[in-house]
Amino acid sequence: MLQPRTLQINGEARTVTAPDDMPLLWVLRDILGLTGTKFGCGIAQCGACTVHVGGAAVRSCLLPVGAVGARPVTTIERVGETEAGARVQDAWLELEVVQCGYCQSGQIMSATALLNRIPKPDDADIDAAMAGNICRCGTYIRIRDAIKRAAARA
Amino acid sequence: MSRLRRASLIGLAVVVMAAGVAAWLVLPTRSMAFAGGSAVSLASYRGPDPTGVPAELRGADLVTRGRYLATAADCAVCHTAPGGATFAGGLPFKTPFGTLYSPNITPDRETGIGAWSESDFLRAVHEGVAKDGSRLYPAFPYEAYSLMADADVLAIRAYLFSLAPVRNTPPANQLMFPFNQRPLMAIWGALYNPDQRFRPHADRSPAWNRGAYLVEAMAHCGDCHTARNLAQAPDNRKKFGGAVIQGWRAYNITQDRTSGVGAWTDAELAAYLREGHVLGRGAAAGPMAEAINASLSKLAPSDTLAMVAYLRTIPAIGSGDLPAPRTDLASDLPKEMAAGDDRRGREVFAGACASCHGWSGKSPLFPHANLTGVRAVNDPSAINVAQVVINGARLGRAGGDVVMPAFGQTYSNAEIAAVANYVTARFGSTRSEITARDVARLR
Amino acid sequence: MTRDVLSPGVSRRVLLGAGVGGVLLVGLHLPTGGRSAAAQPGTPFNAFIRIDREGAVTLVMPQVEMGQGVYTSISMILAEELDADFARVRVEHAPPDEAHYTNPMLGVQATGNSNSIRGWWMPLRKAGAGTRAVLVQAAAQRWGVAPGACRTEAGQVIHPASDRRLGYGDLVGRAAALKVPSDPPLKTPGEFRLVGKPLKRLDTPEKVNGKTVYGIDVRPPGCRYATLMASPVKGGTVASVDDAEARLVPGVQQVVVLDDLVAVVGEHMWAAKRGLEALKITWNDGPNGQVDSAQVWAQIRKASAQEGVVARQRGDADKALAGGQVVTAEFEMPFLAHAAMEPMNCTALVTPGGCELWLGAQAITRVQSHVAQALGLPPAKVKINQHLLGGGFGRRLEADMAVKSARIAQKVDGPVKVVWTREEDIRQDIVRPVYHDRIWAKLSGDRIVAWKYRITGSAVIARWLPPGYQKGVDPDAVDSAVDIPYDVPDLRVEYVRDEPPGVSTGFWRGVGPNNNVFAIESFIDELAKKAGKDPVAFRRANLGKSPRLRAVLDLAAEQAGWGSPLPPRCGRGVATQVSFGSFIATVVEVEVDEDGDIHLKRANIAVDTGIAVNPDTIIAQLQGGLIFGLTAALYGEITLDKGRIQQSNFHDYRMLRIDQTPPIAVHLVKSGEPAGGIGEAGTTAAFASLRNAIYAATGKPLRRIPFNRELLAKGAGA
Repeated sequence: MLQPRTLQINGEARTVTAPDDMPLLWVLRDILGLTGTKFGCGIAQCGACTVHVGGAAVRSCLLPVGAVGARPVTTIERVGETEAGARVQDAWLELEVVQCGYCQSGQIMSATALLNRIPKPDDADIDAAMAGNICRCGTYIRIRDAIKRAAARA
Repeated sequence: MSRLRRASLIGLAVVVMAAGVAAWLVLPTRSMAFAGGSAVSLASYRGPDPTGVPAELRGADLVTRGRYLATAADCAVCHTAPGGATFAGGLPFKTPFGTLYSPNITPDRETGIGAWSESDFLRAVHEGVAKDGSRLYPAFPYEAYSLMADADVLAIRAYLFSLAPVRNTPPANQLMFPFNQRPLMAIWGALYNPDQRFRPHADRSPAWNRGAYLVEAMAHCGDCHTARNLAQAPDNRKKFGGAVIQGWRAYNITQDRTSGVGAWTDAELAAYLREGHVLGRGAAAGPMAEAINASLSKLAPSDTLAMVAYLRTIPAIGSGDLPAPRTDLASDLPKEMAAGDDRRGREVFAGACASCHGWSGKSPLFPHANLTGVRAVNDPSAINVAQVVINGARLGRAGGDVVMPAFGQTYSNAEIAAVANYVTARFGSTRSEITARDVARLR
Repeated sequence: MTRDVLSPGVSRRVLLGAGVGGVLLVGLHLPTGGRSAAAQPGTPFNAFIRIDREGAVTLVMPQVEMGQGVYTSISMILAEELDADFARVRVEHAPPDEAHYTNPMLGVQATGNSNSIRGWWMPLRKAGAGTRAVLVQAAAQRWGVAPGACRTEAGQVIHPASDRRLGYGDLVGRAAALKVPSDPPLKTPGEFRLVGKPLKRLDTPEKVNGKTVYGIDVRPPGCRYATLMASPVKGGTVASVDDAEARLVPGVQQVVVLDDLVAVVGEHMWAAKRGLEALKITWNDGPNGQVDSAQVWAQIRKASAQEGVVARQRGDADKALAGGQVVTAEFEMPFLAHAAMEPMNCTALVTPGGCELWLGAQAITRVQSHVAQALGLPPAKVKINQHLLGGGFGRRLEADMAVKSARIAQKVDGPVKVVWTREEDIRQDIVRPVYHDRIWAKLSGDRIVAWKYRITGSAVIARWLPPGYQKGVDPDAVDSAVDIPYDVPDLRVEYVRDEPPGVSTGFWRGVGPNNNVFAIESFIDELAKKAGKDPVAFRRANLGKSPRLRAVLDLAAEQAGWGSPLPPRCGRGVATQVSFGSFIATVVEVEVDEDGDIHLKRANIAVDTGIAVNPDTIIAQLQGGLIFGLTAALYGEITLDKGRIQQSNFHDYRMLRIDQTPPIAVHLVKSGEPAGGIGEAGTTAAFASLRNAIYAATGKPLRRIPFNRELLAKGAGA
């Protein structure tokens, strides 16, 4: 029998029953109903599923829930309550980055993790941090500008 | 001495030397020669029988035992084409002399081996001669399988004959002359196949002997890990010192501490054989992953440990070009790199690789994707890094396979070379210098 | 269009039908003011506008939002003429209802071919103005003044003479009794307060905080999760399924085996996915089991050697081409998958006598009718909850995902969310067809004097909208070819229908113009070279009758620094197009390195799209559209082997990433012409502009998408 486990998600202790190997993505979406984190590819090639685990941007589609442990998980639903997350979301709206929006949860999570680590990223930093996030609508130009805008507001 | 006479003597000397060199280059060698001369026949061996199945299966029926032995001999990997029925043959083997296709070994009477008697099957496995008398190519490792006990060969046959026959005729071999002349293979067999059953060593432990049987007669590790001589026979003077086969580098598995597995613990070796992965050492890919998925991961724990006991005694041979793997993590910041940074390699890595592998070499997702300490990443030829990028990798696991996608279809040779050089520079001990042209040859 | 979209009687019926039955008109609302539509349905004035007594305006969207910003643009048009307070409008998805929401240009209720604004510009302005007229009339009656003495602003009617004002909410009751005029006076462009302004989009705030509920995000009570594998070969069927191992996967609840697909239902997607992987399925491949790409290309090339149906004729091209030096070339476009970021999905609940679906669809009535047919239900019994789309690109013009999900749901107790893995999404794509094009032309000096163009490819229209396929010509396949902007006296455009084996073909962002603009504009560069002319100068010389296109060509060239020197192996390429009613010139600059890899340096797009409703959206669409096209030009190709699509995910169906994306400057020409379409035009612009840049950088005349980088390596043969 599966044992319940407790995860620290968005500042709350959430108890779920899921096999160790189940990717965090499906725990978030299908068990906890946090559907802001998206399924895009399932092989960590698109970044739509990006969440923060212990502050780092991680692709939840492949991260086994058993590997999360006690590290805090932050998702798009609550990243706006963090200082950097709010700045990123504001910049996203100001520059009207979003089109279909499906990848943008992941983009915003990656961008926020970047700013938390490198407060004033240059283009190469942005490339390295964001190249794993695919946007089919092609919002890359505005993503780059919005990251710079958010960084300038720090 | 006349000039003519002197010239002819010199000529003779050259011919003799050339013959000597040639003989050296094609000299038959025995896979267990390193172990010394205390081998005895199976019948006169006093220890526990090193052949057959492990203790827990001794009481099982013939088919079950045959199934275990067929797994240990890894028959299915070569005799199954991608997407094809198991054992129905058709897997291509690209050799320097052309392409071979594995035959159908299901019990179909017309296209498989359904009409083969026990002695037909024994002759094929031990001597490399098909039912119709034609010679088999040594892509079929009968020089190893000839060590297999008759009872084990017949158990495998019983297992194969218990399966449903599959009607399938694999494509005809496409070999250039003279290699398309099957009878010539008789010479090869005479030279390189001792056609002698396994002989235990009385002065070695039962585990060692069992391990030797599994490694040499069954798993035929030397087929990949031992370099071949000019006649394409394993050259056991370089036993397990590593080789390039099918475009992949089978690494040094001798006890050399720098370039082999001498620094690995027994537990690490056993875990690698069982799971294809050891933290800090890396994960199997390519042909080794196939061997682990289909064969080694399914062996009884006692057999895995026996193989480790045997491998522990393989004399160290250094692979001069392989440095000791780097063990410290790279920086977690993409732009921080000691040397060998390259924009193009970094871009490919950022887009396709970093999400799984991380920038430090420690995967944010699962340990199989760690790059730090991995032999392939510390191989300045970068052959296996490029191969894994091109072909991806898959390791079977109870909780779901661990998979790396194959990037070869859409990434250019130059991009693959760039990312391979970037990976070896960032995470390994020596930056590789693989070129787009090299990558093209690997495809 | 003569259809009266403002008939109050009809619109009342739509709303009452929804309201009285207690069933929401649509399943999802996009609140911008925080009120739920169920509590405040408001008073309908037509099929597009409802106003409640608080003055909140609900606008019903006849087109779907898939990222192109259309909910905002359409709301701007309605609110413009209504003089609504834009900060207080809320939008709502239209239900399936061909009577009211049929796109006037498409002839069906669907979102595609970049004609949302083009089709709805006038009808929606009239809808807004007509509603405004009855509100003004109601206020005037109340005040006892002439309607002409009143004006409107931000949701209020104002009588300046007496300084009285009434909010629209206060007027709803009285106005509802008045007849909405069908042909009300409209504003002049000079009076626009919203149209032409770069307004913030209405859908974005909830897209940056994860609140938007796409189809894939719905969770009706009791919902189970499923994923599927359909026959990997078109027309194949399930031969056998061994589900012994799948049933052992924790969380797996059910294995559904239908003729042509197998689905695993579980507690969550992970269980379903692992269960599916554990199934041993054998397939009967059927007649397409041996189809491969070589066969597809052999077939279309052969078909293309035949004369086609004439789609356009001016003068006598064959005669003009007889004798003298004829320039000729052939171009090819591959199969392409859509790969919307939101994989195909649909949640379905089948009950005795009915079906309810949740999904994002570009053609909601098509979904309704196809599901009804598959389930043997009347269409009215298929209720659809429309959601925002995580990308459409033409893929969600199809109904296959809804039909498959509904068929699976028939076997499942309660609602089931069926989610395609990315692999299934790509392998079961309804692909953009392959095309083979041949062009013959003749020059006299720097003028094109004869032009014959033969397009060979699938007739998507013949399947998707059969009445649109007339006399053997697919109007989409020849779009932007029959209306070539160059001054050619003798012109002939032919179409050969060739349906490729082994796949279903569908619309893909940029549709027919992608292929035609690629072939034509690539060929124009080759003609320019023959004529010894600069590509911009050559185009200018041949665009005498298209001043709007010349103007954008000049603007793009100027902004791109056309003609200024570039380093070796760098080049600029230009392409012009008249597509979807917009006039566009694009200059792309590239570097081709010695290995043949292509590096995008920058792009400039000049556009005259007529009246720009929301200029910011136009810029975003052209940038994004160009990236969509550049992605395909560099990497896009779906191939077949043994009847199976060979690509499966982003590692082998590659996407352009942020670090490869060049700066893209968009230059808008101010125009009072009718609004053109913009959602697809950027994609169309990509292929030839990039190709011509590579041509300039390397001298290699590539004629096939995706560009073969091996041909571009230094020292590689042509």
